[in-house]
Amino acid sequence: MGEDLPRVGVFICHCGKNIAETVNVKEVVEYSLSLVGVVHSEDNLYSCSSEGLSKLKEAIAEHGLNRVVVASCTPRTHEHLFQHACKEAGLNPYLFEMANIRDQCSWVHLHRPEDATKKAKDLVHMAVAKARLLEPQEEPEIEIRPETLVIGGGISGMTAAISLSNQGFRVYLVEKEDELGGMLLRLDRLFPTNIKSEDLLGPRVKAAESDQNIVVHKGSRIRSVSGFIGNFEVEVEKMRGGAETLKVGTIIVATGAESYDPVDLYGFGDDSRIVTQLQFEELLSGDGLEESRTVVMIQCVGSRNSDRPYCSRVCCSEAMKNAAKMRETYPKSEVYILYRDLQTYGTSYTPLEWEAKKSLVKLVKYDAKRPPEVTPGDEAIRVRVYSPLLDEDMELEADLVVLSTPLIPREDARELSQMLKVPLNSDGFFMEAHVKLRPLDFATDGIYVCGTAHSPKEIGESVAQALGAASRAAMPMARGKIRTAAIVSVVDEDRCSGCGTCVEVCPYNAIQKDEAGIARVTAAVCKGCGVCGASCPERAITMQHFTNEQLEAQALAALGRVDG
Amino acid sequence: MVFEPRIVGFLCNWCSYAGADLAGVSRIQYPPNLRIIRVMCSGRIDPSVVLGVLAGGADGVMITGCHIGDCHYIDGNLYARRKFGLLRRLVVRAGLDPERVMLEWVSASEGQRFADLVTGFTERIRRLGPVAGDEETKMNLRAAKAAAEEYRLRALVGKEEKLVESGNVYGEEVTQEEFDRIMVEAIEAEYTRNRIRLMLTREPLSVKELAYRIGEEPRKVLGHVASLRQRGWVDMLELRGGTPIYRAMEAP
Repeated sequence: MGEDLPRVGVFICHCGKNIAETVNVKEVVEYSLSLVGVVHSEDNLYSCSSEGLSKLKEAIAEHGLNRVVVASCTPRTHEHLFQHACKEAGLNPYLFEMANIRDQCSWVHLHRPEDATKKAKDLVHMAVAKARLLEPQEEPEIEIRPETLVIGGGISGMTAAISLSNQGFRVYLVEKEDELGGMLLRLDRLFPTNIKSEDLLGPRVKAAESDQNIVVHKGSRIRSVSGFIGNFEVEVEKMRGGAETLKVGTIIVATGAESYDPVDLYGFGDDSRIVTQLQFEELLSGDGLEESRTVVMIQCVGSRNSDRPYCSRVCCSEAMKNAAKMRETYPKSEVYILYRDLQTYGTSYTPLEWEAKKSLVKLVKYDAKRPPEVTPGDEAIRVRVYSPLLDEDMELEADLVVLSTPLIPREDARELSQMLKVPLNSDGFFMEAHVKLRPLDFATDGIYVCGTAHSPKEIGESVAQALGAASRAAMPMARGKIRTAAIVSVVDEDRCSGCGTCVEVCPYNAIQKDEAGIARVTAAVCKGCGVCGASCPERAITMQHFTNEQLEAQALAALGRVDG
Repeated sequence: MVFEPRIVGFLCNWCSYAGADLAGVSRIQYPPNLRIIRVMCSGRIDPSVVLGVLAGGADGVMITGCHIGDCHYIDGNLYARRKFGLLRRLVVRAGLDPERVMLEWVSASEGQRFADLVTGFTERIRRLGPVAGDEETKMNLRAAKAAAEEYRLRALVGKEEKLVESGNVYGEEVTQEEFDRIMVEAIEAEYTRNRIRLMLTREPLSVKELAYRIGEEPRKVLGHVASLRQRGWVDMLELRGGTPIYRAMEAP
């Protein structure tokens, strides 16, 4: 390492009693001083406290530390904090390493203090071994184009587009159909307030279409996406021919969901008297239900089963709303809702259930193991249902059977996910980066999600998500520049033979071959997984901050091998 | 003295490492033999690194990643699975029980599952006993590691997922069986050649002696020696009674 001989400082945290009650911290401090390269070691009651952090910064200056190891909790929550402290003390944050002696040591060996202390020493040894090999990294800075592509012109997409336009950004709004509006075009009234769908939709469509900052592409779809945050290039194709390339800084996915057609379930498709809840809503807004005296709704048709294990979230409230409307419009009608569990959740939707009950809608629980039997007859449809509460079968004569089916992912969701290089979850909906901490972002920077493309949800939730996604997209665009992580792969040009394996395995299209056939990594796109490096036949790719040498040094330290 | 296995674990940052943290937060207890190394993705685990760790004295190595379909990097774990296939075969070729390496999926919410896996794996390695520390075993592991660094095996395993799942550039499908056959042959050749090279670093030998020691046909050994000579790894030292004696060279 030449002039830059490693001078490692080690900081062992007690975490109050969390570590110190099990691990003999003083012993670990003593041990760490015996390791090659370690010039300073101390223990802190809480390394992450402001006192702990200032001691760390002071030690960097006092002992001329050029590597720092903190042995405490998990890097998943605290690495950033300590890296920041290093940076403040003038040390490149990538010269920092953590040893997890709490979550993965003291807490899981509570009754074995000796073993835990030995393990803590090994973990510190491993971190020091890696730290000695760490190199400073610079985070690449990239420019962000202040324009957004919103895919999907339903309520979510329009809301996001209008919000971004109001914040001063140019928006391209791409809708597959010839009309903006999405699923709401098919709904009549919206729970919980029963406003007309068109009253909500109309002003939004008008706002989006008349906005100078919003370019609406109707009857269009995405053909290809390349680039990365700040500089995406998107090819938009008109269904009736013609294509255009858009350059945008961020992308919002608001493609929505579709309603499941329950083919082969409860005789759907064979009898016009058996309809989906969505079709029923359309009937209800007309006046064709005079003859339907008895309506039987069946919930969870095609959902919460092995194919579609999820609850579609909106169907219970939707059924309550339509049932109450039916009773109100046709006071002589009888309405039954056969349900598995009622999910009229939260403060806004629970009242829907009371409304329905008040208007004498009859709720009958059924058992998923013994679902209702639907037998169409000439006069009426016979519905036989076993009630587990009464422990007996009920026979109903229905004029109309309404099936509540789930929202399902759009057919083209997979294709779009592959173009954008963002994941779908096991149900086929777009999956966020983190369910709690980053619910509107994809793991890929600069791409965000909202509305039912993400999961079944009602309109208020979709709108809230859309406003959130618009804010998330606005953040890098408002700043104009961002720094991306420095944990990226680097190609050794002399060793690269241009075989293209890395280009194939990279999940983010971050690697391309240049004119000379040599692999080139676009640092801003690379997310640092390292699959390219582990796959490179010529071993020409180094995964920065997680090099093979660093991993091997950690392992050898773990095995008690004297090294360095 | 009771045998305490030395186990190294490579955990992906996003799911498994978080799962291990959760085991801690939940105070789920497991044996203290495991030493965890954090990596960004299980697909980053190069079989050569694991073989190096085994050669370095580990009794077992566990690799854990996100569940299939849940990979933070979309499909890194699919590549992890392919690489693990190569790793297992090389572990067997080096004479070790393939049960000494394990690849499993642990999500961020599966603290209990993580602890159970560590407990089970520790018991398994305890049963298998320590990896023999003799020179022969070490050399075999080094040969396996060198084989995992060879272009041919890396190119094959790098392309396996796409070849088997979506066919080659000519659109021809390659069945898993066909692929495995090619792979097994390639492993055999690369491993044997590297073993020959390492044997020659210890002492100069003739083709006949090499063939006898590794239990291989002299004709095949000659082929390997010829290819090693071509690449500058091996050189003829002398003629002993008309028989060429070969020695290993410094890495070119």
